[in-house]
Amino acid sequence: MHNFTPFASLFGGMLIGLSASAMLLLDGKIAGISGILAGVLKPLRGDTLWRICFLGGLLVGGLLLRILLPGAFDFGIIRPLPLLTIAGLLVGFGTRLGSGCTSGHGVCGISRLSPRSLVATATFIFTGALVVYLINHLMGVSL
Amino acid sequence: MKALLTSFGSGILFALGLGISGMTRPVKVIGFLDFFGAWDASLAFVMLGAIAVYFVAYRWSRKMPSPLLAPDFSLPKRSDLDARLILGAAIFGAGWGLGGFCPGPALTSLASGALPVFIFVIAMGIGMYLHTWMTELGATTSSLAISPARSAQDA
Repeated sequence: MHNFTPFASLFGGMLIGLSASAMLLLDGKIAGISGILAGVLKPLRGDTLWRICFLGGLLVGGLLLRILLPGAFDFGIIRPLPLLTIAGLLVGFGTRLGSGCTSGHGVCGISRLSPRSLVATATFIFTGALVVYLINHLMGVSL
Repeated sequence: MKALLTSFGSGILFALGLGISGMTRPVKVIGFLDFFGAWDASLAFVMLGAIAVYFVAYRWSRKMPSPLLAPDFSLPKRSDLDARLILGAAIFGAGWGLGGFCPGPALTSLASGALPVFIFVIAMGIGMYLHTWMTELGATTSSLAISPARSAQDA
């Protein structure tokens, strides 16, 4: 196992948890990124501005990372553009059909012990691992 | 106003957490999903850290009559498992493993200015619209019902 970063990952995870906690305790909202984005793409009156503020914060945070921790964008693996396009379509469609992604189901939902989120998280980790297995091991490509 | 500032500040904190934890690097994500290769367990620690904090916050919120800056909590209420949930999660997972990005890290990584990230995010937006479109198509023809419209159930 190389590249293992338990402490940075644990600390970063706690910041994610703090952010989601602030959204819950102060605003009463679930910090599920796919749901927040979908609500901007298909806006409802009175339920859009907070979403834009959150997404704006993500971008500002990204710019801060670019200055303070440029290694965060050392992607390491970038799949070829046709594959990335298919991946984006699947992620966008799948998170809407399944009502959430890594943040909404994987963090918020699991913490609430939601059966739906537990099943969703197990499912997306399983199919994610399956696809990585197919690409890296069966097809033998290290893209 | 304070609620909007909270959203903005939380977005910044969320992005920093993603960057520090390694979630913005597909090599880490794909390494985590590569159980049969050189498995990188780091992302399990991201989930552990995030869940440990949020678990406490959620228990706390149960004792509060309302959030501090909003009239009420808007939380998902469903607990039933249905085919849409599982199929959707399966499709999302496949895309996650294929690209190495999930929605939060992809949006955060737009700040890198890298073209592939923009392409991924645009495709992701199209995927979301595709779902809306199929939902509406299903609602009008009612023979191809894919999913009810977006609701408070979103996680």
